[in-house]
Amino acid sequence: MAERSFAKEVEKLRLGAGEEFAGEGILAITKALLQCGVGYVGGYQGAPISHLMDVLADAQDILGELGVHFEASASEATATAMLAASVHYPIRGAATFKSTVGTNVASDALANLASGGVTGGALIIVGEDYGEGSSIMQERSHAFAMKSQVWLLDPRPNLPSIVKAVEDGFELSEVSNTPVMLQVRIRCCHVHGHFIAKDNKRPPMTVADALDAPRRDTGRIVLPPASFLHEKEKVAKRWPAAVDFITKNRINEFFGSDHGSVGIVMQGGMYNSVIRALQRLGLADTYGDTDVPLYVLNAVYPLIDDEFLAFCEGKQAVLMVEEGQPNYIEQAFAAMLHKAGRGTRLVGKEHLPMAGEYTGQVMLDGIGAFLRAEAPHLLPGEVRAPNKVGDGVDTADLINVVPGRPPGFCIGCPERPIFAATKLVEQELGKHHIASDIGCHLFSIMPPFELGATTMGYGLGPASASAFNSPDAKRRSISFVGDGGFWHNGLTSSIGNAVFNKNDGVIVIVDNFYSAATGGQDILSSRAGNKTKSTKHPITEAVKGMGVKWLRHVDRTYDVGKMQNTLREALTTDEKGPKVIVASSECMLNRQRREKPLVDKAIKGGERVVKPKFGVDEDICTGDHACMRLSGCPSLSVKSLDDPLRDDPVASIDQNCVGCGNCGEVADAAVLCPSFYRADVVHNPSRWDRFLEAARRTTIGFLQRHRENRRLIFADA
Amino acid sequence: MLEPVPSLHPRSGAADEPVIKLAVLAVGGQGGGVLADWITDVAERNGYVAQSTSVAGVAQRTGATIYYIEMARDTGRLPVFALSPSQGDVDILIAAELMEAGRAIIRGFVTPNRTTLIASSHRIAAVSEKIEPGDGRASSSKVHATAEAASKRFIAFDMEKIAADNGSMISASLLGALAGSDALPFTRESYEQAIGAGGRGVKASLAAFGAAFDRARGTAAAPSSKPAEPAIVESALGAGRVSGPQNLLRGWHAQAARIDLMPVAVRDMALRGLRKVVDYQDIAYGRDYLDRLDNAVALDSAGHAYALSIAAAKHLANAMCYDDMIRVADLKTRSTRDRRVRKEVGVKDGSVLQVTEYFHPRIEEFCGTLPAGLGSYIESRPKLAAFLDRRINHGRRIRTDSFAGFAALWFIGGLRRWRRSLLRHKVEAAHLERWYALALGYVPADYALAVEILNCRRLIKGYSDTHVRAQSKFDRVLSALDLLKGRDDAADWIRRLREAALKDEKGDMLDGALKTVATLNEGAPR
Repeated sequence: MAERSFAKEVEKLRLGAGEEFAGEGILAITKALLQCGVGYVGGYQGAPISHLMDVLADAQDILGELGVHFEASASEATATAMLAASVHYPIRGAATFKSTVGTNVASDALANLASGGVTGGALIIVGEDYGEGSSIMQERSHAFAMKSQVWLLDPRPNLPSIVKAVEDGFELSEVSNTPVMLQVRIRCCHVHGHFIAKDNKRPPMTVADALDAPRRDTGRIVLPPASFLHEKEKVAKRWPAAVDFITKNRINEFFGSDHGSVGIVMQGGMYNSVIRALQRLGLADTYGDTDVPLYVLNAVYPLIDDEFLAFCEGKQAVLMVEEGQPNYIEQAFAAMLHKAGRGTRLVGKEHLPMAGEYTGQVMLDGIGAFLRAEAPHLLPGEVRAPNKVGDGVDTADLINVVPGRPPGFCIGCPERPIFAATKLVEQELGKHHIASDIGCHLFSIMPPFELGATTMGYGLGPASASAFNSPDAKRRSISFVGDGGFWHNGLTSSIGNAVFNKNDGVIVIVDNFYSAATGGQDILSSRAGNKTKSTKHPITEAVKGMGVKWLRHVDRTYDVGKMQNTLREALTTDEKGPKVIVASSECMLNRQRREKPLVDKAIKGGERVVKPKFGVDEDICTGDHACMRLSGCPSLSVKSLDDPLRDDPVASIDQNCVGCGNCGEVADAAVLCPSFYRADVVHNPSRWDRFLEAARRTTIGFLQRHRENRRLIFADA
Repeated sequence: MLEPVPSLHPRSGAADEPVIKLAVLAVGGQGGGVLADWITDVAERNGYVAQSTSVAGVAQRTGATIYYIEMARDTGRLPVFALSPSQGDVDILIAAELMEAGRAIIRGFVTPNRTTLIASSHRIAAVSEKIEPGDGRASSSKVHATAEAASKRFIAFDMEKIAADNGSMISASLLGALAGSDALPFTRESYEQAIGAGGRGVKASLAAFGAAFDRARGTAAAPSSKPAEPAIVESALGAGRVSGPQNLLRGWHAQAARIDLMPVAVRDMALRGLRKVVDYQDIAYGRDYLDRLDNAVALDSAGHAYALSIAAAKHLANAMCYDDMIRVADLKTRSTRDRRVRKEVGVKDGSVLQVTEYFHPRIEEFCGTLPAGLGSYIESRPKLAAFLDRRINHGRRIRTDSFAGFAALWFIGGLRRWRRSLLRHKVEAAHLERWYALALGYVPADYALAVEILNCRRLIKGYSDTHVRAQSKFDRVLSALDLLKGRDDAADWIRRLREAALKDEKGDMLDGALKTVATLNEGAPR
């Protein structure tokens, strides 16, 4: 089960023609797919399209009613390969994933799909994770569209435009026999807005129909000589068809005045930011009405020469607003102008930064600079010659005060004790080369653990340590991979590779029962039952099946001592070949979501329930914070004591503690201090509990009184 | 940087609908999404078109995160809203934690004469603030001061506490503060309707909303803060409540009376120290404490505001109350401790509390609790010590709600009466005497340096390895005394070294600072 449930929201997918849909961008895309008569959908989770997968998973009843097949693909490559169903059959299919990481993984399938081409519309919805809040390397999906020659849509970031782009995308794909990528940026996926719905459509041909009437066409298979013909077909047939469709259907939009000496060209996704800059420059109103000519590329690949050249007609200068680098579009437009022998000056990265997100300020500065240079007459006097500089508030000092707050492990996270144990083992055996992977466990690279040297891709942690396999080495490498990465790719690329190449390193598989970083989606080894998917396949069995001989399973990661001993053994054993440790405990975020309502209900229902919580004896804590250097738990923090005798703040555990046990285990394993205690509250105690409690309190009370009657008692001591 | 003209819209003139821009900065897990949904709902209920966006995913896991909302009166046409806040272009900024308000200012989202800044004044310490061995917390006052200057209005109070007091989440009290601020042209009722439509925990949310609304409106007074320290202790005899058997009370009064003879400035700290050491051991121990303190007072003068005596009163008490097994066992078996745990955990009537303690004794702690002769006998024989350590050195979980577990600790706590004869005491007492004599020895030549040497006692803390590391830092700081001999800035250097020692675990900063000290005298003679 995913972290967030869309069970309520998916009802909006049933809206009929003329009704108003209100909700998130992601949900709107799903609705649009159904309105387009999509026959099958698949994908792999990852922000910003995780919610799209979650929505689809929660909408399986509705999908089933329409005869739409939904697949939670094993990887982006799987999802893209699935689009093969649209090669011979007129079935519309959609795949979705995070980009560019997912597109990287998908590119093998994408290239093959693009070569043979498609009959049914094939739409790839990529969540462009670029700019603030992104968790991946900063690259552009644009390059993939260019190298495989698939078309790339980049609609304006509002719900009606995105929904239209889905519809256009399928049609474009079909008329040009080419897969189409639809790019949505991170905030656009989570934007809340409205559009007028249409009726959902049953796919004219379902996957079941196709299975009953199989088709094949050797000409569509990627093997010479067909593959050579495919390449020619791309430029001779498919490209012109796409250009024709985009032109005729006015996929790209023109706003503002028909004439003017300057104009702005932009990717569709940049439209709102451009308008905001113009609004702030006094050149556009709230609704985006402006006199500045705008050319909005809702299709950024292929580009339409005629449209662009017509837009440049009579213009002295045109600004290209293109986020990220390299500036492919700008280069292409510059070449068009040059070849057409036009005098219009094309500027872009001169005024706007080559790299980085085009934030509001960047856009304001860039467009302002362009207009001041090329058309100062358009600008109000204040903008042309600002006489006010800065706002007089000095924030320089504040930068040194406000601490950074990078993301980290959640309260009670089962991965924290794994890294606490690793840190303790390193204190014994010295530093090791540690290879990290993609997933929540990558937070180990940050304080307080600071473990991990590289991250090379999903499921590639152990693979990225494969060079460190030398008979001369006295220390082994340690590599981490999550359960998500393990099933995505790690089983073969990392474990299989280590077995085959007789790698002597230590591999820790962090098994938290979900693809947790992407929002807690189920995977093969999830331990929960899933109505529509097959779960409960142990990682240990898969690892054994791969041929690993040295395998240990720590089935409760919170046992820091055991984790520490297992790691030490793995690092020091004489046995050759990969040493694999599977460290399993359920993701606490998901566990709480699952258990909390059940526990509350049980307590209300009068059942005996034991609820743990940790605490700190503040008069025993000396305020050294050694425990926090092995934790970083949000629930374990510092507090000042109202005691002038004490200088340093002491440890304190807040009400959000879920009683995971890490504090006590670490205090024990690292021999820290006796300040921690675990308090288990027995709700609805049994008669035996109450009897024991009464007996204990009597005897203990006796001992306490015995001592306290013989000493001085200070009221506030 | 280009200056925007916020009021100038030559295209549209006065008829143009203004866009209200609101950003929420929160820490992942605070429920910022709920708040954003509520605000969007309120806007739509009031005939506005609203758009909210956020950055979800891994970025939210306990890290700083932003929600952004724009709204404009619904005229039938869809406005073009931006998807992220821009510097200098935010009308209302809500920070769900104080440092996030600071971050908003740094990022340029707070503009004087424009932005209403609503911030919860509570702190959630970042990891970097928590892992320092000293006090690594950021200065809240700096953020407060800058926020006042940087915003049009700054509304700050502890909204986390208001939420907790009403059994709700901070999103409810933040919404209350927003409503109470009148920064949006919406009625209180429409906010309450939005909360009600959410359907979950409505009553508690409404209570938190209402309390925060009143605070922001100024109709509810801020809870009175405690009177400012330091308390002037006129007479130690009358201060604080002490109870116990008559003979002990007589002994206590005899010692407390000695504090009344000390300068007024010293009395508060001396009384606190005396209470601490008597509580730790006994009245005779308190007498020893005052005897030692008298030595400092005798060397002190009003001209120095008795800084030496106050530092001595504080650090002598801490040094004498070293953290041994007896103290830990004593503290964990008191009835006051039981009551405190029950209160902290929130044990309700009818529930049963079970408490597990985590101990990990090593041979060092074991020997320390033996009579001095026997303890040092073992310690001087490494093989024997290692043999015993293998038997002793493992974690023990002790249930202090059970009789056996409690009685074991109670017994160890009872070793208190023999403490003076135990090995640990001998070691601690000798260390204390060396340090104290060293400090007082500097008084005639360099008063300030003597005070700083006393203050270095702050470095000694923790148990087992942590304690060893602390001792080493203490020794390293004081090792600079030779290098600093005769310098009139010696006190300042010792203070700097001590502060450096509190910055990281191993004392890397300290080592760096010590290298600097070593080069001090290399230059031209001063």
